[in-house]
Amino acid sequence: MSIRLEHLNYIYNPGTAYERQALTDINLEIPQGQFVGVIGHTGSGKSTMIQHLNGLIRATSGKLYYEDQNIYDENYDMKKLRSQVGLVFQYPEHQLFEVDVITDVCFGPKNQGFSPEECRKRAKEALELVGFPEKYYEQSPFDLSGGQKRRVAIAGVLAMQPKVLVLDEPTAGLDPRGRDEILDQIALLHEKTGLTVILVSHSMEDIAKYVDRIVVMNQGEKMLDGVPREVFSHYKELEKVGLAAPQVTYIMHALAEKGMKVDTDVTTIQEAADEIMRHFHD
Amino acid sequence: MIRDITIGQYYPANSILHRLDPRVKIVCTLLFLISLFLQKSILGYVVATLFLVIVIRESKVPFKFIVKGLKPIILLLLITVGFNLFLTDGPVVLVKFWIFRITDTGLETAVYMAIRLMYLIIGSSLMTFTTTPNELTDGIEKLLHPLNKIKVPVHEIAMMMSIALRFIPILLEETDKIMKAQIARGADLESGNIIQKAKSMIPILVPLFVSAFRRANDLAMAMESRCYRGGDGRTKMKPLVYKSRDRMAYAAMIVYMVLIVVIGRFVPFHIWIF
Repeated sequence: MSIRLEHLNYIYNPGTAYERQALTDINLEIPQGQFVGVIGHTGSGKSTMIQHLNGLIRATSGKLYYEDQNIYDENYDMKKLRSQVGLVFQYPEHQLFEVDVITDVCFGPKNQGFSPEECRKRAKEALELVGFPEKYYEQSPFDLSGGQKRRVAIAGVLAMQPKVLVLDEPTAGLDPRGRDEILDQIALLHEKTGLTVILVSHSMEDIAKYVDRIVVMNQGEKMLDGVPREVFSHYKELEKVGLAAPQVTYIMHALAEKGMKVDTDVTTIQEAADEIMRHFHD
Repeated sequence: MIRDITIGQYYPANSILHRLDPRVKIVCTLLFLISLFLQKSILGYVVATLFLVIVIRESKVPFKFIVKGLKPIILLLLITVGFNLFLTDGPVVLVKFWIFRITDTGLETAVYMAIRLMYLIIGSSLMTFTTTPNELTDGIEKLLHPLNKIKVPVHEIAMMMSIALRFIPILLEETDKIMKAQIARGADLESGNIIQKAKSMIPILVPLFVSAFRRANDLAMAMESRCYRGGDGRTKMKPLVYKSRDRMAYAAMIVYMVLIVVIGRFVPFHIWIF
């Protein structure tokens, strides 16, 4: 078992006029190797929550265990935690700073104290994992396209070889093709290496296809938590908090209402198509 | 940390001070600052204190909030008071130990200096508490308008000021984000000597500059696509017009200034009650 949050609370600017409770009593357990989607509207606390996972934000109260060790213990090695829980922020390409791609990706492993050769080796592996073409390794990261920059930035975190990868809206601002490419790559990575992936998004459509489990956040609280089909079955409640289930959920429910005996719990377009075809064949 | 500094911050409230024309507030603040240096008698300070108390009460900004703004200048205050206290020579020596001696003039100057500095800060922060940055630049632009005749690009200066002010919170937030991102990649920002620390700032400063240029570029593009071309012939959505309350404020300020000047003239320098 990997990450466990117990009664986690976080308050922004406590004791001032701008005080705001961002997280309220979060309890969550994420086992090693799971692909989890965290979903919520803007301001629901999802970004705040994931910044707790590698100790960037310290909870106002509550406990956070990583591999059964409380990270708020006095002698806890935060640096080690940060190299094991890799966090990719929103618009991660804004953090690139080196003269060429490969040196930038080396920044993480270099901070972990590896030799220059080892750093390069890890950087290359990471760039390969995100599908970044080798001919651009020596280019300035600032000359790349938006999608390629984002790959480099994600590789920069992967090069640290974390056991847990947290991605905050990795597809924000990308076109549909760039979005699918990045998400497919992450899914492939999860399959190949078995690392825990926590994917934050505000779009159900994006993540329904990939994740094993969905955690829905609303106004700083955990609202729903379960496998996608279970979460989507609450689509009426999701709508109330400004989220929507994938379009197939609506189609299937509409068909069921019209008297077609289809399974309304399917989550992806492929499943929906198969289900409708099956119905016609019967 | 950075948010603790209240100087230059706006405090939203609904008071007569908030509604005053920004030009009135700028002019009156300047006059108040000058008034602090026009007199040196206890009666003068009583008048200045009374004036400040009335203005603070009218502004509806909590006193606690104003005092918080004094925190960053405590060190400056202590140094100034210390120098004046120990290094001013005077006729009567009050305390003497080792190489230090405190004279009556020294004590007097130190106390006055402390009061002056505090009133300076309180007076000017009252202006920023009650005036949004945009109003402030509007006021400055209008006040400096006559300088246009001698080819000072007043509108451009005001526009630059308001853009700079607008960018401060954005860049603060950006810095915070980039710092977190680099810490997540194992960057160590705390340990090491000065050179190492300076070096460890590179991963933060480079992206910060890039982002500042990107934002500036976006802004320039947005302004251009709305046909912005400087101040010539540009009209305001809410032009500044003096209302009766503004004239009343000027009148009150004039009364105060006359009072201060008269006291400075006719009340002797040293009325020290001890």
